[in-house]
Amino acid sequence: MSVRAAARRAEFRFGFYESLFGIVVALFALVSFVRYTRGLGATTNLSDEFPWGLWVGFDVLCGVGLAAGAFTLTAIVNIFNLRRFEPIVRPTVLTGFLGYVLVSVGLMFDLGQPWRIWHALIYWNPHSVMFEVAWCVMLYTAVLALEFVPVVFERLRLERPRRIFKMVSTPLVVAGVILSTLHQSSLGSLYLIVPSKLHPLWYTPMLPYLFLISAIAGGIAMTVLESYLSKRAFGRHLEMDLLEPLARGMVVALGVYGLLRIVILSRNGALAGLAHPGYEEGMFMIEFAIGVLVPVGLLIIDRVRTSPSGLIAASLCAVMGFVMNRLNISVTGMERASGVRYLPSWMEITVSLGLVALGFAAFALAVRYLPIFPEAAVRPVTQPGALPDRARARAALSPESET
Amino acid sequence: MSVGLLFDQTRCIGCGACSAACKEQNDLPLPIEERTTAYTWTIVAKEDGANIRRLCFHCLEPTCVSVCPVAALTRTPEGPVVYDSKKCIGCRYCIMACPFGVPKYQWDQAVPVVGKCVMCIDRVREGKAAACATVCPTGATMFGDRDALAREARARIVKEPDRYVDHIYGLTEAGGTGVLVIAGVPFASLGMKTDLPQQPLPMLTWQVLSKIPSFVLVWGVFLLGLHWITGRRDEVREAEIAGDEGREGGGDGMIRVVDEGARRSGGRGEDGR
Repeated sequence: MSVRAAARRAEFRFGFYESLFGIVVALFALVSFVRYTRGLGATTNLSDEFPWGLWVGFDVLCGVGLAAGAFTLTAIVNIFNLRRFEPIVRPTVLTGFLGYVLVSVGLMFDLGQPWRIWHALIYWNPHSVMFEVAWCVMLYTAVLALEFVPVVFERLRLERPRRIFKMVSTPLVVAGVILSTLHQSSLGSLYLIVPSKLHPLWYTPMLPYLFLISAIAGGIAMTVLESYLSKRAFGRHLEMDLLEPLARGMVVALGVYGLLRIVILSRNGALAGLAHPGYEEGMFMIEFAIGVLVPVGLLIIDRVRTSPSGLIAASLCAVMGFVMNRLNISVTGMERASGVRYLPSWMEITVSLGLVALGFAAFALAVRYLPIFPEAAVRPVTQPGALPDRARARAALSPESET
Repeated sequence: MSVGLLFDQTRCIGCGACSAACKEQNDLPLPIEERTTAYTWTIVAKEDGANIRRLCFHCLEPTCVSVCPVAALTRTPEGPVVYDSKKCIGCRYCIMACPFGVPKYQWDQAVPVVGKCVMCIDRVREGKAAACATVCPTGATMFGDRDALAREARARIVKEPDRYVDHIYGLTEAGGTGVLVIAGVPFASLGMKTDLPQQPLPMLTWQVLSKIPSFVLVWGVFLLGLHWITGRRDEVREAEIAGDEGREGGGDGMIRVVDEGARRSGGRGEDGR
């Protein structure tokens, strides 16, 4: 029985998750109405003292960062020519695309006048990090759409356009990697301008580098989690032969990131503050433990890394630590200088939850109706060069499975 | 030449004429609130009995101008930093980034814009002084050429060193501001930020942003090169395999592939053990 047939059979089940989804989306619609008729003040706990909250910290910073798996995977497959990772490119690019679409939807809530978002196209300010981010996110969303559209062509059996898109895949991937390195790091650069506002545990001129490296690690962790979730939902097997080497990459990225942060903190003196932990220090320690120490500690153990549950647990930690880092930078680290304490309102939380729910739903629908996973797909003609690589990959894994 | 304001805190009697004149000049709704908002661009605050005006400092190199993605905020040649509400998309980066916490938002509006002091730019362009300086009964707020005001401030401090703290706030704060303040009590006790960098903040992001064009070029060439090299490597390998197969038969070629794979995985996984 094919995976898609199994998925179809489950189509009309209205269980716990479906009810939860219904409630969240209904509340989401309600809050949207309040947001657009009564404004940001009636909807959010934002203020002149605290103008950026959950919608920037979670919807934008986490949404973009956790969608970084797409550019990482396309680079691995297309730039490094490690073709054996091809089976997980499609779901990852889909996640990336949906992530960026959701970021754009999130901005429709957060911007004071979202209907003017196109202004960034005509009123330029090259001195603004936000201007650069806007352009990169816009262009990269287009790139992701173009990278994904061959899947749709395949489904519709449109051979010619599919082949044309295959031809431009390399320039697209290169453009995608350049745009991603730019805006992933620039999200960190957004905070370079507030040296006297952001707590020294998070402020550093290295912020752009830290954002890029942590996004690569977070993107990989998301790829693992999304493989696991689709496995659960669609009865697929976990591609451990592909995820395990990716997890090694995640260890390297997290290791470099962790070391870099410790060096930075010991140099700017913020590390000494950890001896007398207050609010910020506590939040930092939780973030660093969950996001760096635990996943690295777990993943360097061969037995944990090669076991599905170990890999998933470590990836979940890495993602939670990533989210906490972005929220610490956008909220925790900015509170002291602002003089106020910010907690998101229930309406802000509803919008963020609603976006996540919509993301899951869109992913599930796409998987159901499009050839995202190799088992479900009508296998395309094997490309030249793919076969020896795959044979090599299989051979490469055989000693591994013996140990 | 650019214009500015000098606020002499010791001369302020807290009458609030400046706030009222500002409301009238800029068509802002009453009342005058306790703190500056999108509708109240300047107030006289009382800090331990000392009067201190709150208003935009009109930085020489404004942070808000540098961060605005749509260039809604600009620094005019005359000096005042002004805001074009028709361009603004409402990202609120200016509010988040301003080192002085000046720009405010219309949180209560469904179609909100930012509000901040624009130093009466329309009056300035007509050659007149800002409204707040014009109505000030004690001359605590003076309007004029910024450098001349800085000299005046210095002269006052030198003349009456007991009356003033020996510091002109705004001379170097955040790279220098159009509004200068002198005071009889320490600036921190007036609720003013005293931990600001003495350099313009926009440099912090510009030194990253300015590298982007060359970065794109180098990174793009590098990625394409890498793609070509790794692709070529695989091609060569396939050609070798095909060659071997041609000479010695298919089976041997397969073994080579397996060898290659084993060597690769060994290089990554087993060396460390």
